[in-house]
Amino acid sequence: MIIRRKTAGLLGTPYIVWAAAFIVIPLIMVVWYGLTDEHGAFTLANVAAIADPAHSKALLMALILSLIATIVCILLAYPLCLFLVQSQQNSTSFLTMLLIVPMWMNFLLRTYAWQSLLEKTGIINTALRAIGLQPLRMINTNGAIVLGMVYNFLPFMILPVYNALEKIDQNVVNAAQDLGAGRRETFTKVIFPLSLPGVVSGITMVFIPALTTFVVSSLLGGGKILLIGNVIEQEFMLAYDWNLGSGLSLVLLVFIIINVVVSALIERDEEERA
Amino acid sequence: MEKELIHLSHISKSFGGKVILDDLDLVIHENEFVTLLGPSGCGKTTTLRILAGFETPDKGSVIFEGRDITNLPPNKRQLNTVFQNYALFTHMNVADNIAFGLKIKKQPKSYIDDKIAYALKLVGLEGFENRSVSHLSGGQQQRIAIARAIVNEPRVLLLDEPLGALDLKLRQDMQYELIRMKNELSITFLYVTHDQQEALTMSDTIVVMNQGYIQQMGSPEAIYNEPENAFVADFIGDSNLFPGVFVRDELVTIDGVPFPCVDKGFGKDVPVDIVIRPEDVELVEKERGTISGVVTEIIFKGIHYEMCVEANGREWVSLSTRPHLVGEEVGIYVDPFNIQVMNKPESEDEEAVSTT
Repeated sequence: MIIRRKTAGLLGTPYIVWAAAFIVIPLIMVVWYGLTDEHGAFTLANVAAIADPAHSKALLMALILSLIATIVCILLAYPLCLFLVQSQQNSTSFLTMLLIVPMWMNFLLRTYAWQSLLEKTGIINTALRAIGLQPLRMINTNGAIVLGMVYNFLPFMILPVYNALEKIDQNVVNAAQDLGAGRRETFTKVIFPLSLPGVVSGITMVFIPALTTFVVSSLLGGGKILLIGNVIEQEFMLAYDWNLGSGLSLVLLVFIIINVVVSALIERDEEERA
Repeated sequence: MEKELIHLSHISKSFGGKVILDDLDLVIHENEFVTLLGPSGCGKTTTLRILAGFETPDKGSVIFEGRDITNLPPNKRQLNTVFQNYALFTHMNVADNIAFGLKIKKQPKSYIDDKIAYALKLVGLEGFENRSVSHLSGGQQQRIAIARAIVNEPRVLLLDEPLGALDLKLRQDMQYELIRMKNELSITFLYVTHDQQEALTMSDTIVVMNQGYIQQMGSPEAIYNEPENAFVADFIGDSNLFPGVFVRDELVTIDGVPFPCVDKGFGKDVPVDIVIRPEDVELVEKERGTISGVVTEIIFKGIHYEMCVEANGREWVSLSTRPHLVGEEVGIYVDPFNIQVMNKPESEDEEAVSTT
């Protein structure tokens, strides 16, 4: 070891200070605000407010749309990664570039771009009119929000799935064929199970940002479709009710923790076997 | 000799313009232990992969019991492979790994359970059914890989440097185990290795390969005692390899010094290569030797001493249980029977082969 253990510990200090200042302290404040009323007295009312039909509808909507977005991401990413891993050629690095380059662009900018594509008088509808077709209602729909989620979060599915597939030893695939497995059996019995950890971390990395987003839903949902993220944002930014906003955030946090725990359990299970 | 099982007929294979196999022709018989032996890049693994079906030859065909299987996919071939890095399924336990092939063939459960128990007994890992494969040692993983292959009752077991990752002691034990398994299963083994000791210990037939060509094929004794060219002599065991002249039948000269031998028919005054095994170089009193030299180095090797003797400016290596002092003047004597005469390589290609 080049660096002594003590020194190595010191190297982590800047990040630990950063994490304490900007992650741990704000989290404590969210819990504090969430469990108190405007006078600072303890209450569960802010958390219980999730039962309000407007709030629970927003939460349910967020859960449904982010679940759909996650499934769509898997369906798009998995076959693509299979193709990328199996074709191991120069063309793949070009394809990877095509996927990665949009990632370098600002998240807001990309979502605005979709807005101007999907608008009533946007680029797609203008083109449709030009060739004499009926314009479509695309913006401010659930579909537009799912599209925005998929577009923004797809790379977070592609990367872990690609890594998991790439790690599979070609000899293991050969061994399955050698033992009599055809193409389909090799995939269902060997390749897919071995790639599952990648899919699981992909799900976490897509589902949580999608569940908590308010930018995608406000830009592509036009404020007509409220997700739980929008409700919380409005409590903080418009209603200035930090207590209610924090309370609802705590409810959302429960879903995030459930997701993280479940995927950690699956990963530990995999590791125990690996 | 048992009946012919496999015929690799005039196989050629290149990868990205680099020729790996060039017109390779090889016959393997039933119940034979054949070893493909050679340095890395000699084409031995490619040969095995072509037989297993993971590669398709550019030219030539693979004949199995008289049937052309060149284009048959791996899952339709009656052979199974033990891979160099074991290639076990890490998401399954030991029993599921072994049962993989049988489940694909939809065998009844009782049959599969019997087979798993039998295979684990054969490889000496009884009771390991429910273990996770990644918690096993390298040697145990190797045994599971063998068990996983043999439960399918293949006609041929292909082994690709299966002992390469094991330590020396375990490797030696596994060699005897493999011989025992082969005798018990009475199937054909095709074994790939770069380790000449493994090849000599286990094989019925050794195929020495280099740069895509078969250099020599024969029993371990024949390969060791009568190497056909300088490459084989050099690759199998240590040897003294000298340029010499075949003066006439039963007489060669090394650096002008005549040595009687038993070889005949190389012609008159023809340049040849001469191989003498170190254990055949006898160090005797100066007067009794064919030539004399000075001991320059002595190394204790356990069973014997390895000594270097300089004679006529050439270094001779000798193995003996009797040590000589460094600086001592000794005579060198070689029994005519132990002088192996080989033709000089004819083409430049072969020249390149012999110097590697």
